[in-house]
Amino acid sequence: MPWVSYLPSLAQGAFVTAWITLAAIAIGAVLAFVAGIARVEGGRAVSTLALCYTELFRGTSLLVQLFWFYYALPLIGISFEPVATGILVLALHVGAYGSEIVRGALASVSVQQHEAARALNFGRLHTLIHITLPQAIIEMLPAFGNLAIETLKLSSLVSLISIADLTFRAQSIRNLTLDSAGVYTLTLLGYFAMSLVLMLVMRLIERLARRGAAFPRAAHS
Amino acid sequence: MTENATAPLIEFAGVTKRFGALTVLDNFNFEVAPGEKVTLIGPSGSGKSTVLRILMTLEPFQEGRLTLDGLSYQEPGGTGPFRASERHLREIRSRVGMVFQSFNLFPHMSVMRNVAEAPVRVLGLSREEAQARAVDLLALVGLSDKKDHFPSQLSGGQQQRVAIARALAMRPRVLLFDEPTSALDPQLVGEVLAVIGDLAHEHDLTMLLVTHEMRFAREVSDRVCFFDKGRICEQGTPDAIFTAPSHPRTCEFLASVLR
Repeated sequence: MPWVSYLPSLAQGAFVTAWITLAAIAIGAVLAFVAGIARVEGGRAVSTLALCYTELFRGTSLLVQLFWFYYALPLIGISFEPVATGILVLALHVGAYGSEIVRGALASVSVQQHEAARALNFGRLHTLIHITLPQAIIEMLPAFGNLAIETLKLSSLVSLISIADLTFRAQSIRNLTLDSAGVYTLTLLGYFAMSLVLMLVMRLIERLARRGAAFPRAAHS
Repeated sequence: MTENATAPLIEFAGVTKRFGALTVLDNFNFEVAPGEKVTLIGPSGSGKSTVLRILMTLEPFQEGRLTLDGLSYQEPGGTGPFRASERHLREIRSRVGMVFQSFNLFPHMSVMRNVAEAPVRVLGLSREEAQARAVDLLALVGLSDKKDHFPSQLSGGQQQRVAIARALAMRPRVLLFDEPTSALDPQLVGEVLAVIGDLAHEHDLTMLLVTHEMRFAREVSDRVCFFDKGRICEQGTPDAIFTAPSHPRTCEFLASVLR
């Protein structure tokens, strides 16, 4: 049973993958809210800036972004640790796609809700924080769940800037043992297990949010 | 009477409102005295809801002057569609409340929070004060036992009564009702009308009501205005309008709705 001997190394890699993914999701979520809210609520300059960020990162290859941040940016004197680079680029990716989720969910809050807020003389910030965002967040959660799993899978690209994540470890072991079937099967299972955990966590958050808000999905009047 | 008592609270002077090529209000003149209860009736698309939506600052208008409680809706040098600053618009909104056709309660908030939230966030009341105010108002609309429910757990009539309590919690001088019973099942209309009818006895509250409930309009209003094509075609006391309408369009409309 040679594959048992792969496990310690793969587990180390999986730990790196999990760490990079979770950090990227956390930072990316903040970016997503900032950019998404800027798109909806910002003035022309602010929303254009947010739009540029979103389209730039959605419209270019994540792999090339990684190479650019890792190989090109140091040429103009800015360099990060590989892991920091990986987290940063993935976070920017999550932020760009997430901002579209945030924007779409905010835009889906009905005009009537905005009018009710205005009739009660709520200011813009209060309307956003207390009325539109709480309703929008519930709508965002399923899409954010998908994005989180997508991010986990895309994180395998960081192996190409020499980060020893799960994919990188798998490659190394395969190069040593030439046991492609065993190594890659285990690696797939590793990703699958992690995404299963992510999915369950997102489901849990969704359920808690719905209960916290205590209104069923169909309750939009 | 002193001059102050007769000064109108609301004054439209030559207001024109267009949606693109469509003129919804055409050189519109209209005055409402403090405490007056006015019902706006007329065919759909005649501009009656637009009058309320302009008063609530939900819609800007293009020409003419509008004042409420001495405040002009448009500021000299004001920019944007409303030609007024957000600060100025909020000053106006603090005097006006609105009840919508589709209730527009906040679905993520309990009944209590729906009523108490704006007094806390906008008026700066403490949570306790705002909740005390909400408790009183929910009693007024007969929903004391529903304060911990969510809007989705209430009937349409109950939701609309919460919406009325929510609007009253801001203590507006003017309360606007935009077809408050049109979205309700027939058997729920009565409970909402009963609440509005009670409010009509409030001496200080100025009410503008757009409705198709003619019998109710006749009971509660001081004055009924019949709208047609963006203008008031005929107005007068409920008795005058309903028993002896003079304009042919009014007769035609009343004949069609009263049948």
